Amino acid sequence: MTIDQNINVVRQEFESFPDWEDRYMHIIALGKGLAPYNEVHLTDEFKVKGCQSQVWLHAAIVGGRVRFEAESDALIVKGLITILLRLFNDRTPKEILEAPSDLVARLGFEQHLSQSRANGVASVLKQVKLYALAYSMVRA
Amino acid sequence: MSDVGAIVKPTFDAMKLKAEFPILARTVHGNVPLVYLDNAATSQKPRAVIDAITKYYECSNANVHRGGHALGAEATALYEDARSIVASFIGAQPNEIIFTRGTTESINLVAASWSSMMGETLKGCTIVVTEMEHHANIVPWQMACEKTGAVLKVIRVHDDGTLDMEHARELINDTTAFVSVVHVSNTLGVENDVRTICALARSVGALSLVDGAQSIVHHAINVTSLGCDFFVFSGHKLYAPTGIGVLFGRANVLESLPPYQGGGSMILDVTFERTTYNDVPVRFEAGTPNMEGAVGLAAAIRWFTALDLEALRVHEAELSERLLRDLNTIDGMRVFGPQTLHAGIASFVIDGMHAHDLGTLLDEQGVAIRTGHHCTMPLMKRFGVTSTARASIAAYTTHDDLDVLSAALLRSVRLLR
Ligand SMILES: Cc1ncc(COP(=O)(O)O)c(C=O)c1O
Repeated sequence: MTIDQNINVVRQEFESFPDWEDRYMHIIALGKGLAPYNEVHLTDEFKVKGCQSQVWLHAAIVGGRVRFEAESDALIVKGLITILLRLFNDRTPKEILEAPSDLVARLGFEQHLSQSRANGVASVLKQVKLYALAYSMVRA
Repeated sequence: MSDVGAIVKPTFDAMKLKAEFPILARTVHGNVPLVYLDNAATSQKPRAVIDAITKYYECSNANVHRGGHALGAEATALYEDARSIVASFIGAQPNEIIFTRGTTESINLVAASWSSMMGETLKGCTIVVTEMEHHANIVPWQMACEKTGAVLKVIRVHDDGTLDMEHARELINDTTAFVSVVHVSNTLGVENDVRTICALARSVGALSLVDGAQSIVHHAINVTSLGCDFFVFSGHKLYAPTGIGVLFGRANVLESLPPYQGGGSMILDVTFERTTYNDVPVRFEAGTPNMEGAVGLAAAIRWFTALDLEALRVHEAELSERLLRDLNTIDGMRVFGPQTLHAGIASFVIDGMHAHDLGTLLDEQGVAIRTGHHCTMPLMKRFGVTSTARASIAAYTTHDDLDVLSAALLRSVRLLR
């Protein structure tokens, strides 16, 4: 599936929940399942700016595809990051850079989440794209 | 039987008061009723204040202290009336009241003006603040220190959130030039013994400033009995509009300070060679002032002082106690500060849960609280946290509001566990 197709899947999933409680239960469950983060990377260098809670994002390139790992001290944020990483993990830098710029809106986050949460997701997304940009230049 | 001597507890009708605040009738996220418990950040405005501002623009707007016409005279009278109303509200004289944008600007004005007057003579002197200050009462003093070579000293906070008065006695000594302390902490709700601190400052010849941003709405303030040289607060936490604040300065101290900003109003005579400055307080009010703000603040104080304040204090104390009790029934709860709340502010964290997660889930249920560091990062560090959740009450807070908070918190905790 392309990133674009995946966005629609996430949005539909999001909208299948009848109320806020179920929606957040889903996000929180995802957050609890986020893959463990390598503590070595729990440094300021990998901290994402612009989030109300603490978020770390680390990336490596494996076989031409970007592999992200992330951590946050807030569970809801971890859940949202899980969704983002589902979209972007193991994609090529080019695919990531070509992802739609209105992605946060298209995911339905602006509609279904508080503003500060949507902003936080946008900050993480920006960092995801910066990694992709850096890797695309290394390879060029 | 006679009931002489029986204790009659005044009752306060918060429900009725709430109806005076149009915004409190609205819903959020579609049709969820709003429960506003972020009053330490800013209070909502009663109809009386909103109407006063509208009326000012509909009837009396003109620039103050200027043009010789009827509207100008009316607007000037309203503006100066506001100054008198503020003065009598805190036990000061009108010429001791300077209008500013808020607490932050008031502190900056004092720190900048005083430090530029003192200059290099402050080298090696100390400026004393506390570990629980708002950034607004830290950064301006750091800037003053940088400019003059003075050194910032910080009074420690005990584990229970109260101020270490022993340490205060130690730090306020012959080298001290200024002491600037918060009256009621916006993060802990704790009330400091500022009277003693100001007396200590005076005994060593230092000036004192009290940050009354939170205390102004929960305590009766008399600047003379506090014994401070400066007292500062913001209108917006006292049911008044944003963008208007107050700096009280003792008359003889204000007289000695140089201007903060230059411009219109604050001058007597300007030539390109030399400018002579106007008298206090207008010397410190350069430019066209916030006239609607002053009118709104006057309306807010009129409205507030017409309430049964004794009954209000009882109501607020009851709610504060209840808030603490409710919070403490939750598993893993840690409430910061002493267990007797003075100002209806409760900062807390719950084991294993991020304050922002709690805030998000409460918001979905219509409950507005504050999460974060509350502009007190050194205090957060002191308690080993990066953020807390904070619920804070106002005169219009009801027991029903706290019922909703309790239920919403329990629901949030269940989701996050
Ligand atoms: C104790 C304290 N000091 C200073 C301030 C700053 O007030 P303002 O932002 O209105 O200037 C606040 C408000 O958050 C406060 O609570």
